[in-house]
Amino acid sequence: MTAVVRVRNLKRTFTLKGVLNGVDLDIARGEFVALLGRSGSGKSTLLRAIADLDNEARGSGEIDAPANIAVVFQHARLLPWKRVLENVTLGLTGGDVRARGQRALEEVELGDRASAWPYELSGGEQQRVALARSLVREPDLLLADEPFGALDALTRIRMHALVRRLVERHKPAALLVTHDVEEAIELADRVVLLEGGRIAAELVLPPTPAERAAAFVALRRRLLGLLGVTDDLIAAGPP
Amino acid sequence: MNAMTGGILEIAEELSGAEPLRREAPSGAPPVRARRRRTLGLGEPLAFGPLLGPGLLLLYWSVFSYAGLLDPRILPAPWATLATARDLIADGRLPANLAVSAVRAAEGLVFGVAAGLAVALVSGLSRLGGYVFDSLVQMKRAIPTLALIPLVILWLGIGEPMKVTVIALSVFVPVYLQTHAALRGTELKYLELAETLNLGRWRFLRDVVLPGALPGFMLGLRFAVMAAWLALVVVEQLNATSGIGYMIDLARTYAQTDVIVVGLVVYALLGLGSDAAVRFAEARLIGWRRTLAQ
Repeated sequence: MTAVVRVRNLKRTFTLKGVLNGVDLDIARGEFVALLGRSGSGKSTLLRAIADLDNEARGSGEIDAPANIAVVFQHARLLPWKRVLENVTLGLTGGDVRARGQRALEEVELGDRASAWPYELSGGEQQRVALARSLVREPDLLLADEPFGALDALTRIRMHALVRRLVERHKPAALLVTHDVEEAIELADRVVLLEGGRIAAELVLPPTPAERAAAFVALRRRLLGLLGVTDDLIAAGPP
Repeated sequence: MNAMTGGILEIAEELSGAEPLRREAPSGAPPVRARRRRTLGLGEPLAFGPLLGPGLLLLYWSVFSYAGLLDPRILPAPWATLATARDLIADGRLPANLAVSAVRAAEGLVFGVAAGLAVALVSGLSRLGGYVFDSLVQMKRAIPTLALIPLVILWLGIGEPMKVTVIALSVFVPVYLQTHAALRGTELKYLELAETLNLGRWRFLRDVVLPGALPGFMLGLRFAVMAAWLALVVVEQLNATSGIGYMIDLARTYAQTDVIVVGLVVYALLGLGSDAAVRFAEARLIGWRRTLAQ
């Protein structure tokens, strides 16, 4: 198994927040890894380090990552002054840029909104455009930083299905940062749990959807337990 | 997506059983309250609402003039002013002076906007450019343009170059300030996006920074247009031999209050008209923005 991403003994400190304390992580070609952790566990810091977006951070360690990386942020970050299609094709070169962008929009089921302004779209649609903008680049690595965190529960379920389909088709290595246990089980091949800037646990999920559905409750309980949410906390209900 | 919507609705119906969901209150229950009217907002806008204030002013003016309470030497009646305007147009004095004034203002505006934009680009887009130019412009800003007139007269004389220069100097500052602030205000999140998309510097400027700064530039342009007319008023009363300001100054010599009033109204209309033109251009250029005003 060749690793697309290799992180070795990564350490990061910031003046304000986010610390990594010696992280090792490999992601194989086509593998979908969910990075799970509480707020402040360092999961976004790790993603930003791999994306090379942390130039103001201090630290040490090694990162090997492909050059062709796409990032999906928590908010879609569409340029408000560009129409949807131009947002998707931003920075692309070549003759058939518009056709490629249009195909990517059709893949996220927004083919008919190509000439809309971003403000005319709902939050879920904007995030789908951001997804199209990432996929049209055919990245070797897809990084997503809580991409569905700002969406409502129904839209999130649909986005999960869409992302699963798209990742199966394009097969990038993917790293999804999330604090949502169910989202991690739903999407990932492997869950990596970050705690206090270290990898606290790793869990390879059953490969087929049927096995995963059968094990869902047990997996959820186990991951929540690792995050410090125990059965008696759940049973006691909200305080 | 649409297929899924249907699916969810179907399930909802199955779950709710045979009973359809009911919205109306069952009989015997208290009546449903009428839909609340919004009481905290400003209320509905009126089609020609902005004309109310000027209309009221005109009404007062007419009533006081008609009642003889206004000395025509202080302020001539609206209809007398209108007649004067008609005469001034008929004998060609108003059109000729207006043309001279408009050309002056336009020349000053073009030079001032071009200079303000150019310096703002250099200063806003490069660290070094900012160090060189920004403090200088801030110093220039602290000196009222009108205070520079004596110096400009010594350098350029009292002819057209002096007048256009003074107008351009007044226009320069607001264009520079707003454009520079907008360029430097480019959001970090778009910078990060551009980095992850591997945009080159030129594409980053063309696709992200410049379009993002356009609203700031347009705001500067609106201030600039007003500044141009203000500067025009001043320079046209300094040794001018043509222009609306000259017409007003001449009328003062002969105590022609009506001509002065016509000149002032023309200034007001020019200011309002040019501001409306810039706002129209703004709305056309910046269709991507949804604001309170729309």
